[in-house]
Amino acid sequence: MRSSLLPTVAHRLAIFAYIIFALFPLFWLLKVSVTPNDLLYSEGVRLWPSQTTFEHYADVLRHSAFPTFFKNSVIVSGSTAIVVTICASLSGYALSRFSFRTKYWIIALMLLTQMFPLVMLVAPIFKILSPLGLTNSLTGLVIVYSAFNVPFATFLMQSFFDGIPKDLEEAAMIDGATRFVAFRQIILPLTLPGIAATLGFVFTAAWSELLFALMLINGNDAATFPVGLLTFVSKFSVDFGQMMAAGILALIPAGFFFLLIQRYLVQGLTAGAVKG
Amino acid sequence: MASIDIKNLKKAYGTFSVLHGIDLLIKDGEFIVLVGPSGCGKSTLLRMIAGLEDVSEGEIQIDGLRVNERHPKDRDIAMVFQSYALYPHMTVAENMSYSLRLRRAAKETTARAVSAASQKLGLDPFLERRPKALSGGQRQRVAMGRAIVRQPKAFLFDEPLSNLDARLREQMRAEIKKMHADLKATSIYVTHDQIEAMTLADRIVAMHGGVVQQVGSPLELYDRPANLFVAGFIGSPGMNFLEGRAEDGGLRLRDGSLVVLGALSKDLKGQEVTVGVRPEHVVLHHEGEGMSARVDLIEPTGFGIIVHLQLNGLPIKVFTLDRSALSCGPNIGVTLPAEHLHLFDAQGIRQGA
Ligand SMILES: Nc1ncnc2c1ncn2[C@@H]1O[C@H](COP(=O)(O)OP(=O)(O)OP(=O)(O)O)[C@@H](O)[C@H]1O
Ligand SMILES: [Mg+2]
Repeated sequence: MRSSLLPTVAHRLAIFAYIIFALFPLFWLLKVSVTPNDLLYSEGVRLWPSQTTFEHYADVLRHSAFPTFFKNSVIVSGSTAIVVTICASLSGYALSRFSFRTKYWIIALMLLTQMFPLVMLVAPIFKILSPLGLTNSLTGLVIVYSAFNVPFATFLMQSFFDGIPKDLEEAAMIDGATRFVAFRQIILPLTLPGIAATLGFVFTAAWSELLFALMLINGNDAATFPVGLLTFVSKFSVDFGQMMAAGILALIPAGFFFLLIQRYLVQGLTAGAVKG
Repeated sequence: MASIDIKNLKKAYGTFSVLHGIDLLIKDGEFIVLVGPSGCGKSTLLRMIAGLEDVSEGEIQIDGLRVNERHPKDRDIAMVFQSYALYPHMTVAENMSYSLRLRRAAKETTARAVSAASQKLGLDPFLERRPKALSGGQRQRVAMGRAIVRQPKAFLFDEPLSNLDARLREQMRAEIKKMHADLKATSIYVTHDQIEAMTLADRIVAMHGGVVQQVGSPLELYDRPANLFVAGFIGSPGMNFLEGRAEDGGLRLRDGSLVVLGALSKDLKGQEVTVGVRPEHVVLHHEGEGMSARVDLIEPTGFGIIVHLQLNGLPIKVFTLDRSALSCGPNIGVTLPAEHLHLFDAQGIRQGA
């Protein structure tokens, strides 16, 4: 036992150090958000202010357009996550189970879309969307985000489907299911971890997307929260307290979302399907 | 129950041809065992019958009706996979009732069918468990149960016992045999296990390289193998083969020495032939009698003894129940009795009766 003590301690310390490193920015966010404005610059660098206040939170919620940004973000990210996950489940299943002549072209094409720097695409996309009346609208954002997330989500879902033995749906088809019923009743329930992971991935990607939100939207009505954060930057000053408070508030739905899906993220649902 | 008629069935993956024209008529209620070396197309044939693989050429009929284009769900055939393929998110009872629920069978009918099957297979204590909480043998039973609750037209088994240990295999083998005697269901069973093939089959189909080599009862294949492949494949330990030129006194081996055999058929004289003899038919004597052979290795199996010999430089296996073989010297006498010899011509086709 004694001989394994040192590596264990080192291991724990390394994990601890990593957690500190990863969570420190979050902590700083929290700290600034509860620091009264007059102490922000006067106290120097301290781990925790001598006095705390929730006035920034109150200001953000009552006197800014933040609730609108927030609502917009929830709508855009939620819709994108759902649309992308449905598309990716179907296309991922097709890539995993069927062989068709154009399969490798489609895969190559999907990879290609992931290689462009997004900035290059802003102008053409704006050009496409504006005659359709989809600029300055949440629908437009959902479409753009979905288009950019489907390829990666497809590959993600494909790898989850690849992990489910083909025997299972074949057994279901022999038992009397159509391929679609087998997909829905046998394969999908076993892919819940994959679906949860895809939902989570796409939701957070859409939640924090700034570039397109900034370029396609003007005005506050359809702005999402990353754009909204910029309204706290004015010509002469940055309202750090309110900005951080808004940031903390923006973390809540993302955190809540992961709480919802985390039990599906736990792998191991297929245990027992085939001889282990 | 149903008959299955396979006509000139071919399968190719792209340009790679797997089955080269299989013809097979399976009678109603018959138990067919498919044997053959790995990669010869047994699973492919089974999956084509089930509808999981497309037919490249030829025809499959079930009860006289062409089913080539029918979806697996409409063929009314049950299959037991080597991997069992149990639905992990369903309990044992749900696994077994899935096919009936898909057909919207009445609740009582379903319950009755499941409880009958689970009783037959001894699964009653596990009905509410998920597959992951079962042992391999129990999972195997659930897979069987899932097949029998439906009362399908035919059962397909793809090496269903190969994941079990020897003892459990023996037990399940007997249960499958009982089940078949019970249900009289048309069955096709793929196995690598000689004993399973011999004990279960009404007829064995021996395949090699996508071609059916011989079809017949287990003893027919054992006693009168149609060609060298079947002769070598059926039986364990396998048949001994001696290659050479047929002459009056016996077989002239490549190295010029003569193996004394009983009379070989006259019309083969002077031809290249292969002579086969099963290990249990080789007779051992004291040194000096018969032909002289060197003893290489002695393997007692408990039931009998396998003696490995060198006869004129050729390896020969002998199976004997006589334990005195355990203490034989470095040399021993052997004879190959004429009535037990199998004769194959240069193309490997069986000659004579
Ligand atoms: N999807 C496929 N594409 C190309 N070739 C295939 C495919 N499936 C099987 N094969 C080939 O078909 C041949 C027969 O395969 P099959 O699985 O029927 O063999 P088998 O007799 O069941 O062997 P085993 O005893 O090892 O299970 C093999 O050579 C295999 O490589
Ligand atoms: Mg196989």
